[in-house]
Amino acid sequence: MPMEEIGIVSYGAYIPMNRIKVEEIASTWGRNPENIKKGLRISEKSVPSPDEDVATISVTAARHALSRVDINPADIGAIFIGSESHPYAVKPTSTIVGEAIGATPELMAADYEFACKAGTAAIQNCIALVRAGMIKYGLAIGADTAQSAPGDALEYTASAGGAAFIIGKDNIIARINHTCSFATDTPDFWRREARKYPRHGGRFTGMPAYFKHITEAAKMLMTKMGTKPEDYDYAVFHQPNGKFPLTVAKMLGFREEQVQQGLLTPLIGNTYSGSSPLGLCSVLDVAKPGDRIIMVSYGSGAGSDAFDITVTDSMKNFQREKAPTVKQLIERKRYINYAVYAKYRDLLYWE
Amino acid sequence: MTTVPRFWREIPQRYNLIGTKCKVCGRVYFPPREVCPYCRRKSLENMEKIKLSGKGTLYSYTIIHTPPSKFEGQAPYAVGIVELEEGPRITSQIVDCELDKIKIGMKVEAVFRKIQEDGDTGAIYYGFKFKPVENESER
Repeated sequence: MPMEEIGIVSYGAYIPMNRIKVEEIASTWGRNPENIKKGLRISEKSVPSPDEDVATISVTAARHALSRVDINPADIGAIFIGSESHPYAVKPTSTIVGEAIGATPELMAADYEFACKAGTAAIQNCIALVRAGMIKYGLAIGADTAQSAPGDALEYTASAGGAAFIIGKDNIIARINHTCSFATDTPDFWRREARKYPRHGGRFTGMPAYFKHITEAAKMLMTKMGTKPEDYDYAVFHQPNGKFPLTVAKMLGFREEQVQQGLLTPLIGNTYSGSSPLGLCSVLDVAKPGDRIIMVSYGSGAGSDAFDITVTDSMKNFQREKAPTVKQLIERKRYINYAVYAKYRDLLYWE
Repeated sequence: MTTVPRFWREIPQRYNLIGTKCKVCGRVYFPPREVCPYCRRKSLENMEKIKLSGKGTLYSYTIIHTPPSKFEGQAPYAVGIVELEEGPRITSQIVDCELDKIKIGMKVEAVFRKIQEDGDTGAIYYGFKFKPVENESER
């Protein structure tokens, strides 16, 4: 057990308002939308506007987190941003966010990359720095504007969004009881340096990759904590589509009701580094003191970070209403067609 | 490319709407001014930095159909004059709103967006734009 309580002081989410339906993408490529909707359990996905990227999504999520609490941004000693779509290959997103929220210049800043789990890696590093006494607060962000090649299966799910967590010791609304990770060299999905679109191993992304890493990390966590699936009120698993998280939940012995609140992919798609973090935000939007949450992320390549979290009494006085909830962000939408999507996502100049 | 240092100098105002307030007469300026044009020499050394709330109302707007080169992909889009709570009127793009829903007098708030970029290889410039305040959620 931890020596002192460290956890989430505040959180904030952001999802761009554009949506494209599965039907719209499927009709472009002559595919049957019903098969895709059933196969992937997804109906639509979010799309960033041309003036939105990981920096703007991160800043917005971070500002939402700050607006819910009364802390001085200058007390944030570290900003780590996990993404696989940082706007620059060289030039950190974290300094842009630091400047935009007033956390510079006494600041540790770094960008992380580990496919879809870089955001949860950022949370782990903030926990460690707070525990070591090196910083008062750490800001961990997972955000993406995910890439997918035109016509690829990923196009139905790769979406945009992000979540920010302020990690600290004072007035925590959710205590992080424990975190652990499971990582191996598994090439299930990758994007080569300077390439625009990722490639993936199709079915290989399932059993030896997603399912193996999530189940192993979850089992490690529950063994360490002496818990069983029924001890948790909510379970959040990485959600590359609407189906995998339900399947992995079943494999581990969780019920669908435990997963439902944190399962967002059917309505917004896979936000990659934002995926499980946004699921956690959705759970924190409704969770009550005493509720216990398990979150397990997954990043291709491959690894999983598992977290055991308990909501504290401070949640009662937490000003959730000072920023939009995940539900409000999901409901705030406008639909675009494939032509506009192609323009927004710069598909008209593909490689 | 030559705009990088200029943009960098303007980061406080573009990211966080940092303006100035004349301590003599109380007028607020955005973009920041070194001297108050009303109090002139009396305002020297009396201009303090102030972070503007980013909340205001739409004073006027226009729809751009023939944009400058870096904005072609966005047309048609709205550019408005926003009257901030603190007084200054500033020019900004109006986003996240259907063009036929934009109305003079509507409540707006600042958001952080990409303003422009120097082509595919140059720097990306971020800053404020304004969007309508949604009654059901945001504050």
